[in-house]
Amino acid sequence: MIPAAFDYVRANTLDEALNLLAQNEEAKILAGGHSLIPAMKLRLTQPSLLVDLGRIKDLSYIREENGQIRIGAMTTHYQIESSDLLQNVCPLLPECASHIGDMQVRNKGTIGGSLAHSDPAGDWPAAIIALNAELVAISKSGERTIAANNFFVDLLTTALEPGEILREIRVNKTNGRTGHAYVKMPHPASGFAVVGVAANLSFNGGRECKAASIGVTGVSSKAYRASAVETALTGAELNDSTIDSAAAHATDGIDINGDVFASDEFRRHLAAVYTRRAIAAASERAK
Amino acid sequence: MAKYIGKRIKRTEDPRLIKGLAHYVDDIDLPGTLHVAFVRSMYAHARITGIDTAEAMKAPGVVAVYTGKDIATKIGPVPCAAALPDLKVPDYRVLATDKVLFVGHPIAAVVATDKYTARDAVEYLYPGVYLEELPAVVHVIDGVPTSPVIHEHFGDNIAYKLTSGEGDIDAAMKAADRIVTQKMIHQRLAPIAMEPRGVLARYFPGEEELTVWSSTQIPHLLRTQLALMIGIPENKLRVITPEVGGGFGSKLNVYAEEALLGWISMQLGKPVKWIESRRENMQATIHGRAQVGTVEVGVKNDGTITGLRYNVVADLGAYHQLLTPAIPTLTGLMLSGAYKIPAIQMNVTGVFTNKMSTDAYRGAGRPEATYVVERVMDVIARELNLDPVEVRRKNFPKASEFPFHTATGLDYDSGNYDGALDKALDLSGYQKLREEQKKARDNGKLIGIGLSSYVEICALGPSQAMPAGGWESATVRIEPTGKVTILTGTSPHGQGQETSFAQIAADELGVDLNDVTVIHGDTGVVQYGIGTFGSRATAVGGTAVLIAIQKLKEKAAKIAAHMMQCDASRLSFEAGCYTREEAAAAAATGKSEPVVPVGEAPGGALNEVPTPTNGRTKLTIQEIALAAHIAKEIPPDTEPGLSATYFFEPKNFTFPFGTHICVVEIDKDTGETKIIKYVAVDDCGKVINPLLVDGQVHGGIVQSIGQALYEEVIYDDQGQLVTGELMDYAVPKAAQIPWFETDRTETPSPVNPLGVKGVGEAGTIGATPAIVNAVVDALAPYGVKHLDMPMRPEKIWKIIHA
Amino acid sequence: MKQAISINVNGVDHTSEVEPRVLLVHYLRDVLGLTGTHVGCETSICGACTILIDGQAVKSCTMFAVQADGSNITTIEGLAANGNLHPVQEGFWECHGLQCGYCTPGMILTSTQIIDRNPNASREEIRRGLEGNLCRCTGYQHIVEAVEYAAKKASA
Repeated sequence: MIPAAFDYVRANTLDEALNLLAQNEEAKILAGGHSLIPAMKLRLTQPSLLVDLGRIKDLSYIREENGQIRIGAMTTHYQIESSDLLQNVCPLLPECASHIGDMQVRNKGTIGGSLAHSDPAGDWPAAIIALNAELVAISKSGERTIAANNFFVDLLTTALEPGEILREIRVNKTNGRTGHAYVKMPHPASGFAVVGVAANLSFNGGRECKAASIGVTGVSSKAYRASAVETALTGAELNDSTIDSAAAHATDGIDINGDVFASDEFRRHLAAVYTRRAIAAASERAK
Repeated sequence: MAKYIGKRIKRTEDPRLIKGLAHYVDDIDLPGTLHVAFVRSMYAHARITGIDTAEAMKAPGVVAVYTGKDIATKIGPVPCAAALPDLKVPDYRVLATDKVLFVGHPIAAVVATDKYTARDAVEYLYPGVYLEELPAVVHVIDGVPTSPVIHEHFGDNIAYKLTSGEGDIDAAMKAADRIVTQKMIHQRLAPIAMEPRGVLARYFPGEEELTVWSSTQIPHLLRTQLALMIGIPENKLRVITPEVGGGFGSKLNVYAEEALLGWISMQLGKPVKWIESRRENMQATIHGRAQVGTVEVGVKNDGTITGLRYNVVADLGAYHQLLTPAIPTLTGLMLSGAYKIPAIQMNVTGVFTNKMSTDAYRGAGRPEATYVVERVMDVIARELNLDPVEVRRKNFPKASEFPFHTATGLDYDSGNYDGALDKALDLSGYQKLREEQKKARDNGKLIGIGLSSYVEICALGPSQAMPAGGWESATVRIEPTGKVTILTGTSPHGQGQETSFAQIAADELGVDLNDVTVIHGDTGVVQYGIGTFGSRATAVGGTAVLIAIQKLKEKAAKIAAHMMQCDASRLSFEAGCYTREEAAAAAATGKSEPVVPVGEAPGGALNEVPTPTNGRTKLTIQEIALAAHIAKEIPPDTEPGLSATYFFEPKNFTFPFGTHICVVEIDKDTGETKIIKYVAVDDCGKVINPLLVDGQVHGGIVQSIGQALYEEVIYDDQGQLVTGELMDYAVPKAAQIPWFETDRTETPSPVNPLGVKGVGEAGTIGATPAIVNAVVDALAPYGVKHLDMPMRPEKIWKIIHA
Repeated sequence: MKQAISINVNGVDHTSEVEPRVLLVHYLRDVLGLTGTHVGCETSICGACTILIDGQAVKSCTMFAVQADGSNITTIEGLAANGNLHPVQEGFWECHGLQCGYCTPGMILTSTQIIDRNPNASREEIRRGLEGNLCRCTGYQHIVEAVEYAAKKASA
């Protein structure tokens, strides 16, 4: 498998990358390349120009700022998986990262590249939605912040406009008692999520759920927020039965994908099972 | 004597492989090589209405474009070696001429200066290929599809019908208390050697010689067939099999691309290379299994089997590759399994479909038989409310009953089926497992225990039973410097015969293992051979090595006797040394004699005058080799040199056997199966190298796990290949695999002097039913008696949530 | 348009002009002649093409050579230092961790990363670490043992 010919520029600064994007509508951004390059090799996409962000300084970082966790778009899955800081302040991110692809893929693939690709079975979207993250996009006309909820528009389509680059992912640090979990059934061949569910719960006293945020991937043409589940959880005393009945709403109002591995009917069931498991694990972990 | 045989000797072939210095086809770089890429059909069935190559030819770097029409009269058809009564054999051209019959069917070949340009040229050519799509014949699940007819001149889609077996099947069924019936699907599988196929061809116009490097399991058979296809004298064609990255039967074949590359090199006078992409590998390298059958077993109420009938439709694909129609006949041979079954009948219908051909994939027809028999044994146990162990044991032939004749016409060489079963039961703690299972069930957990007592047929085989020779060849030479060279007609590609054959030679000759080199896979160097498949290399090829050595030693003894001035009958041979008997006797009584250090290579260059042997009473075989080449001290009626060649013709197959036990746990919520314990007790006769046997068993079991749980080549209703990449086709990964506990019993085969049986396919044959039986056992509370493979979570979930 | 790249491979600097679309694995194999790195699936599943770039195991079929400009690469050919086998190579030999050998270079390089990151990796962790490498021959058990052997040897 050999891609069609293209031109390649390694941008040294974000400005340079933005200028190149502005000048060439067919240009594509190359981050870790683990979504784009396979598609190019299959000649499903044939960009005329690749703008490589790989060497731009300060696009790869994990830091705390203004009570937020900020992650540069070029941060690799492995950097997130192995971050002590995140392990302490936002363990959902390392947990989600550890489920992506395999070790080599995690070494090279980036969170920004993965999000901007918006694969319907990608892992990050579920976590990003559950964390109510903000995604910072930059273009020649400036920066804007997109809520995770609004970022995933459709199959392989995000809210990024032509000429925009995803620069940073921001997650608010949580206060009080919270619990996170990401659980997944991987496709036995590709490793992508047949169903992946991220849960982010916060609690009042005891087991009363103060707020719930549930992201689901693998089930539909894009990752989505399981709002009906969140509603059912919020204010509820969490136990097996309340979790079960909340999780049953995992696919409310959702068009479900089916394929040879899992029909839409089975996916609907799995979504409920994994939602239940994610909630149970998150609730268990809340300290 | 046995310094090496039976020992865990690490492999001599490994250093080059672990350093990345080995050469697979694509690693061979000849200057000026042109690269070939194929335009292949995107339809399962279509008429070719025109091909316009002009655009592609215009592209810079494109050297030539060939279509089916260009070469139809130049290259002979892709061969089928299987001979069956009334077999319909379609004319299988190397490039499609009028119709394309499967997705991936090659339509045109593009030749360009490099592989990137060749790939681009395929894009340029596609729009010039005009196809008119036709309805496709895809599924055989409901019997033989009647319309459309793929090969119109045959009138229907039936390639052949065959009935096999012995005994009065109707009477046997009447004698039964009940008939147990089960329909079973053996899904289509892809062999997935990690190295895809690849061909490099180089024609020497002056010498009029063609060399073809191909990733194949059968260099000599390939040479013969290519010579016929291309029309080049066989002695002007050399096939070299460099390092081969796995075969599993998929490279036991003669493919269109191999002939075409050779022919193109002859046209252009340049080396040409084609390396299969994984997508091409999924589309156009043979598939395996693909049978839909119904088994009926007559059984007495005590579990005694009276007869077995198997009616099966085999999905052959669009054409016959080398052995396509013969594979189901191997199923027929093994339908007696490990049991005494008085009457057996198989009725097979081979059917053409718009898919890639099926052919030999690891096990080749025998896994299907074992699956049918071992699966139905569990169905019988369930219906009679007996323990699966008891049903099996009841029908085993006893060890004293061997050789054992089956109603499929075979004579099992040796066996102790109870022995292997007992050992597996012991090792797994079967009784305790059953108790734990009961407890787990009471706690709402789904635990299943499955076993399989398999027999397989190996060491293929006697020539009478094979399409083109079932013997194997070996030449053994001792070079003047004492180094031992073995030329084997087998073609190892991972099995480790460079080591195991060296073990045989080192022990037989009393030399150091590192003094032995095994050469294979080059028809310009090695005498004709058959190749590596059907677990035959050691049992047939290793025996050829052994007997060649014995021949060589007869000659060496003659020379030794001459040199030591005694009769050959007065010599003893031990640890690489010929000793004159009275000297040996004297040494034993403590009388001092001049002693030559044992096992030392004879030193010095050839022009050194050898030490006169007058008075010597002890000579190493390596010293004799030097003398045989210098030829001053050999008997007058003896040929100089020290080598021997032997072509070993086995009198029978061998029949390895064993019992595998698998324990699974099923996730009730998701339908996922987890193997929590796996015990394998295999009997492959005498073992040359236990390390290699373990490796073969492990690998085979994992391919079985693949078949049982994950793998399936899926074509949709239009004949589109849904599982076209390893993103879709699930080859098992390390984390999906349990730890295996393996053990052996050892029942030597009387068929060959090594006593070996073969082990290459045992895992894929024995393990699949054990896994499926375990899953079905786990689901017993739901009343399930059978489940078809692959047992994906959804299938299981549907049962649980029905 | 071709671009100039400089890459250090196994301690040797190489400067080349390559088309941007040239995959790193093809650069290593076809331009530098380092054919120990193999291509098995082309979709980033099988890991036969695994190499180390600046110490990180990556799949060289899913990377363009131009992306590796300026980096340090270790391929299987460069793993044995001064002719001494790396403990992982030794482990694969000792434990019969290979049969056809095609997946082996990638398996070995991935394994070095597994034990670098976790010298005490459990069997389960080793298996998880090998998820990006397919082997069709060995059934993985001997590979897991080879990695255990190497981990023990490396920490001895």
